[in-house]
Formats: sequence, C-alpha cells, structure tokens
Amino acid sequence: MPAYLTMPKLSDTMSEGTLVKWLKSEGDSVGVDEEVAEVETDKATMAMPCFDEGILHKIYVKEGETVALGATLALILEEGEEPPADADTPPPPPASEESDSADEEKKEEAPPASEAPKEAAPQPAAVTSGGGSPAPTNSSGGRVKASPLARKMAEEQGIDLARVRGSGPGGRIVREDLEYAATGGGGSNLGLLPAGGGLKDEVTPLSGMRRVIAQRLLESKTTIPHFYLNIEVDTEPLMDLRAQVNEASLANDGPKYTVNDFIMRATVLATEAVPEVNASFTGDAIQQFGEVHLSIAVAIDEGLVTPVIRSAQTKSIKELAAEIKDLAGRARDKKLAPDEMQGGTITISNLGAYGIGHFDAIINPPQAAILSIGAITKQPVVNSDNQIVPGQRMWIGMSCDHRVVDGAIGATFLGHLKKYIESPFLLIS
Amino acid sequence: MSSYDLIVIGGGPAGYVGAIRAAQLGKRVACVEKERAGGTCLNWGCIPTKALLKNAELYHNLKHHADDFGLSIDGLSYDWEKVIKRSRNVSDKLAGGIEFLFKKNKVDYIRGTGGLAANGKVEVIDADGNSELLATENVLVATGCVSRELPFLKFDGKKVIGSREAMVLPEQPKSITIIGAGAIGIEFAYFFNAYGTEVTVVEMMDTILPIEDREVSATLEKSLTSQGIRVLTGTKTAAADTSGDGVKLTVEPAEGGDSQTIESEVCLVAIGIAPVLPNNAEQIKLDDRGFIATDERYMTNVPNVFAAGDITGPPWLAHTGSYEAVQAIEGIFVDGHEPKQVGTFPACTYCHPEVASIGLTEEACKEQGLDYRIGKFPFAASGRALAVAESEGFVKIIFDKKHGEILGAHMIGVGSTELIAEIALAMNLEATHEEIEATIHAHPTLAEAVHEATSDAFGHAIHI
Repeated sequence: MPAYLTMPKLSDTMSEGTLVKWLKSEGDSVGVDEEVAEVETDKATMAMPCFDEGILHKIYVKEGETVALGATLALILEEGEEPPADADTPPPPPASEESDSADEEKKEEAPPASEAPKEAAPQPAAVTSGGGSPAPTNSSGGRVKASPLARKMAEEQGIDLARVRGSGPGGRIVREDLEYAATGGGGSNLGLLPAGGGLKDEVTPLSGMRRVIAQRLLESKTTIPHFYLNIEVDTEPLMDLRAQVNEASLANDGPKYTVNDFIMRATVLATEAVPEVNASFTGDAIQQFGEVHLSIAVAIDEGLVTPVIRSAQTKSIKELAAEIKDLAGRARDKKLAPDEMQGGTITISNLGAYGIGHFDAIINPPQAAILSIGAITKQPVVNSDNQIVPGQRMWIGMSCDHRVVDGAIGATFLGHLKKYIESPFLLIS
Repeated sequence: MSSYDLIVIGGGPAGYVGAIRAAQLGKRVACVEKERAGGTCLNWGCIPTKALLKNAELYHNLKHHADDFGLSIDGLSYDWEKVIKRSRNVSDKLAGGIEFLFKKNKVDYIRGTGGLAANGKVEVIDADGNSELLATENVLVATGCVSRELPFLKFDGKKVIGSREAMVLPEQPKSITIIGAGAIGIEFAYFFNAYGTEVTVVEMMDTILPIEDREVSATLEKSLTSQGIRVLTGTKTAAADTSGDGVKLTVEPAEGGDSQTIESEVCLVAIGIAPVLPNNAEQIKLDDRGFIATDERYMTNVPNVFAAGDITGPPWLAHTGSYEAVQAIEGIFVDGHEPKQVGTFPACTYCHPEVASIGLTEEACKEQGLDYRIGKFPFAASGRALAVAESEGFVKIIFDKKHGEILGAHMIGVGSTELIAEIALAMNLEATHEEIEATIHAHPTLAEAVHEATSDAFGHAIHI
C-alpha cells in the first residue's frame, strides 16, 4: 500500500513547517519512528519521525520549502511494491476550508500583469535579505470562490484572486470586492499590497522568510560598517540603444530587454575592472571571488528573495535577461531551489519602477557591496556648452562594507559602472 | 403577562414570514393580524387573482381556440359565482395553511388590530373592541397597503372600486373602465375581457406597464388590443361623474388636448397603493410619500421597532417583502448578521401572454450609457411553444459587452414568470453569458429560449 508522509503538527502553534533537511534520500529504507527529516517550525527546528515503514520512493518537498500542516511530503512504498501511476505528483492534501460545495479552482497564480511598467527594471525590488531564505509555499490546495463575472474582471485587471477578500456567500469574491480592490488596493497587480485590505489591528506570526530577512538584515546593519556612495548617470545613450535593440529583437521574435538587463551586464564589467568589490570579509581575511555571481533582489508575496545568476561574467545580456526572467518568475511562484538563492557575490536592487529617485540598500551578507538603482527621470542638465537642456538621469547608490571596500575603491567602481552605462555599446561588444 | 422577543403587526408575506423565521430562531413570537393570515397577497392580491386569471385563460381558450385543438363545444357557459368562488377557496386553503404554519412554529396568532403602546408594548384591539397590552423586546411593523383612490373619484365599493372589490364582484359587469395600466390594472383588464366584458384601460404614461421594457409593453399592448381591449395610453382622467347608473369619466391626453367621455358600468381604480399604518404610529418617521422610513437594519426611528414589506415603500411585491422581513429578523436575532437590502428581483404580470422581467430595461441601459448587447428569441421559433400553441412573445436578454455580465432580462409569453427564475439565479451568482450557454437546457422546453436568446446576443444562435 503506498503511504504518504505528511507534515505533522510538531508544536501546538504550528501552522506550517519548513523542511530544512532530508535525513534520508529517495531509495533509502525507513522505519517507524525513524527520523527522516529536520523541520523548522515557528518555535524551533526539530527532527521529524517517519510514521510508516518501507522504502522512501519519492520526495515531493525540497529542502528549504515551507509547507502547510498536512501537506504531502513524500511517498513510501513497501519493499518491492510497484509505484502507483501518479507517483510523481503528490496527492493534494485535505483542503482546510468551508464545507460549502463551491467548485471553483484556486490557482496560486502570480499576478499576471506584473510586467515592467515602461522604463524600469522588470523585477521590482527592495532592500535585500539573506540568500538562503526559504520560499514559503501555499500548498493547502484550496480553490478560490469567485463569481464568473469577478473572475473575468480579475483577469482583465491583473488582480490575483487569491489576494482578494470575498464578501459574497461563503466568502465568495463578487464584483464589488474587485471594484474595491482596484481602487483601494493600490499596487495589487504588483503583488505587494493586500488587495481589498486597509488598516486593521492584526498580529501576524513571522513566516520562515520574514524571520530570516529580519535576522540577516539586523546582522548586516549591526555588524557591517556601511558607507554609502552615489553617482548620477546619463541614461539617454542606454535608452536609445535599448530601443534599437528591442526593435530588432521583437522583429525577430526575440525578447524585450529591460533597462535592468543592461545594468546587470554593466555591473559585471565594472566588477571585472574593480574586482576588490567582489569580495567578502571572513574575520581575519578578505576573500576575493573569481567569479561574479549576481544576486538580484526580487519582491514577492510577504517579502523578498535574491535569486542568484551564477557566473554572470560568462553570460551575454541575452542570457542574463532570460535567466533573471526565469528566476524572478519562479521566485514569485515560490519555486526557487535553495541553492538558487545562495552564493551571490554582489547584489543589485532596483526600485526605479516605483519612482524612487535615490536610496541606499542594506548589504546582503556575506557580500561586500550592493547597488541601489533608482528611477530614470527627465531633468534639466548642463551640457558641454554650458547650456541647460533636457536630459535623462538615473541615480545609482552603492552601499559598501568598509572592512573590504574603501571609498576610493567604491568610487572607482562606480566610475566604471557609469562609463559602461553611458557608453552602452561597450556592453554589447 | 409574559414578554415576547418579537411581535409582528401584520400577517402578510412580510409579517408571517418574519414571524415564522423568528420562531425558527427559537424566539417567542406573536403575529397580530386584523383580518386573516396571509395578508393582502393571499387574500386580496397575488393568490386569488392568479386563480381568476387561470379561469379566464381557460375559458378564453375554449371559447376562441377550441377548434385548434380539435374540440367542438356546444353551449360553453360559465357560472360567474363559481369563477369567483374557486379563487376564494384557494385563498381559504392557503390562509389555513399559514395558520397551520403558525401553530407548527409556535407563533402566537392574535386576531385584532395592532398598534404601538407606551414602553415598547403593543396594543391589540380585537373585533369586540377589547384591548390587550403585550410586552415585547422588538416590533416588526408589516401592515402593508390598500388601493389608493383618486381624490375626485372615491371608492363606493360598487361602481367605483379598487382591486379588492374587483376580485369578488357579485355580478360580471357589462363594461368596465380601468384607470392605471400597471400590473394590477392589466391583469384585471385581461380577466374581465376574457369573459366578454367591454374593457377600456386608461393610463397616464405613454405606455402600459410603464416600468417594464418598452418593447415588452408595446408587444403586450398589441396583444391585448387584438383581444378586444381598448387601451388609451398617454391619457389622464380629468373628471368623473357617478350620478347616473354607471360611471362617466372625462379623459384627455396627458400632454393636453381634446377630452372625451368614457362610460362604463364599473370603474376600477388601479393607480397605486397607499400605506396602512398601525395604531398610534405618530412617533414613527415616514418618508415624504407616507411610507415608513427604515435604516439599513430595517429599523425605524423608534428603537427596536422595525418595518418590512409594502409599508416601507416600493417595489410593493410579496417576494421582496418576505426577503426584507427575513433580513430584518436575522439582523435582530442572528449575531453578526448584516442585513441586506433588496437588490435584484424579478417582477411579473400574469395576464396572457404573461410578462416577467429583471434588472435593467433597454431604456435604462441607454440612459446609463452602458455598452450592451441584446439577444432576443421569439417563441414563434420555439418548438415547445409551437407544440403547445403558444407562440406569442419573446425572451430578450441584455448583456454588458465587456464581460458578458447579465444586465437585464425581459420576457413576454407563456411561462415567462417561471423562466425568469433562471436569470434571477444567474444574476445573483454574477454568471455571465458563458455560463448560460454552457448550461444544457432540456429540449423541448420554453427554457431553451433563454439559452437561444443568450447565444443570439453574441451572434451565434442556432435556431433563429
């Protein structure tokens, strides 16, 4: 008989658990009460015993994944038993919702209209967190109750129904709820703000992700001596080049490149020119890295993650663009593997999409620097003939770990970055 | 004397439903009724008229269309008294049913005229004039309405009558003029005409059934006219003379113009209804038309005194009255229940061909500048309608162009009053045209017309 291992309630206040580590692998034999995994709950990390005996045939939940109570973790078969036909997909755990018999499907859909607003980077991002934060998953497998009309309106407006509070019978989302969400919910299609929400007194226990963000950022701010540099960049040449590149690319069924795609490449080149910023303080040494593993801050439900593009120095803009699109998408769907969120050597955070002019992000330990990219704005500028003319400018901030990077080093790095951005043909040559 | 949790004054569709609902919630309830349980609807409205209309339709069919069905009838006649009697029997039976429901739910059914007394009490005065005071936590006023009369044409119960007398006339009048072409006026017009009475309908608005979709009203007018009813729209009644045997009305175009005289044996005034307040209701705030004003919990300005049904104002329908009463009661007795107001509801007129509608008329859609599509399916193209020899009329459904939201539905023809329920449910669920089209409707039925009308709105009806 196939037996499914499900997330047990290991503490009285536990509502979800993070599978930190599997102690057994697929194919291993397991016995009753044998410890099979380490699970992090709201209280502590503890060992989880197995409830059946047999062979651990298939693991469904990866290390680092957070799942709800009762979620299916793995499949255990008896010795010599044939796996069932659908062994590769876990059965949905019991739905924990209303007993009304509404039949509508809940899709954990990322907000569909989360594409970049115009000029700025496709991944709205904020101050970073540590690389190893587990991505919480919602696997309660329920369905969102919504009227047919509400579904159509939500789809059209790019509102994620899972984030809307329903006021209809049994919590059904009706048209009125969307009208409220659209006007009152602000950036609901950017997946950040609670749609249909508003002010309320509420205490939310920390999720695994928020706990990690809190811990790492506190560590960063209190142990790393930050200093901040910033530089203003003329983005007109880059925007012109991007327009040309996109015209050609789209005509050939290629992708549309964002400004951030170019900035990633510029950062890599600047890092190769000033490799001292691509380092880490280890206590009694400075570890320089031989490769640039770019961490990119991506905002998701409840927080943010920093997926890593490994060996970015070996990749073209096209490859960088494709990779970040994939990583960011999967980040929002909470499908990043833990190793995709670790090991970065320098981070880029871009709040330009939000119109932020200039900010100073917090370093992502154990890195030594983080770039804060602001919005591109039209401004009056002084040209070489001492005339005031309209121009395009963008602020880039750099937060540095003074144990590793001195002011002159940071300034030199930013100088290179500026050069690459203002002479963008250097990015594609 | 023990105290009640709720006393309901009025035992009609709002009153008895509210009383029974409160009793279901375990409350001590009394219902005070001055005539008979069931109120206007059951005794002097909805129910008896539907019985009369059925009689009329049957007679009319046999008289005029017997041959279509291969029938040959010699000496077809009717007994007017029996025609009326059947409708009274139906009323009696249903009133008895309500009284049984009161007993079953342990609602104290108290005969008498209710009124508000001091200190939150209710005073009941019975038929002999004896007064009794009852203590209660809450009061639901559901005293309803009666026919409104024209100032210059008072009811005399014989020649100048309201709907109540119209349904129990001892003798069939040879001629009748009906002032007002709303649902009540039209239903009686059909009824009397079916039995051969000469009927004239006088309506001030430019169309009969003024609140219905114009296309439906126009279709009905044509049908009634072809049945022999004289319809004068855009016409107001200026004066009346009841000095002779019958009633002489002077009518003239509402816009002004030459007047004419209409003479008939009886005049039925069906221009609307007037509120009936309980005794000692001076402290209750009324709106500017004299109906009881209520807040979003159906409470009046007097604490713990609620009101529901006709007494609170339009739409003056039994089903909305019942809905309001339930909402009011649940708002009082169910923790956390937020009472809802009447939203979308169907309205029906039970003449033949019958009319039913819900939501916005086409005119309202135009006025609101909505981007809409219309689907229309005539019963003449319906297999079932033809099979039962009822091909008059159509189903018309209005959809919002963007998402296919159902904005309104308007039907005229056989079964309309039943078919409208599907649309009511669809609108309540915020279904769109896709859900109607995806629903398999049985064949052959009249309900298929709803499906086809929906497909028609989007250009792919099969059967037209």
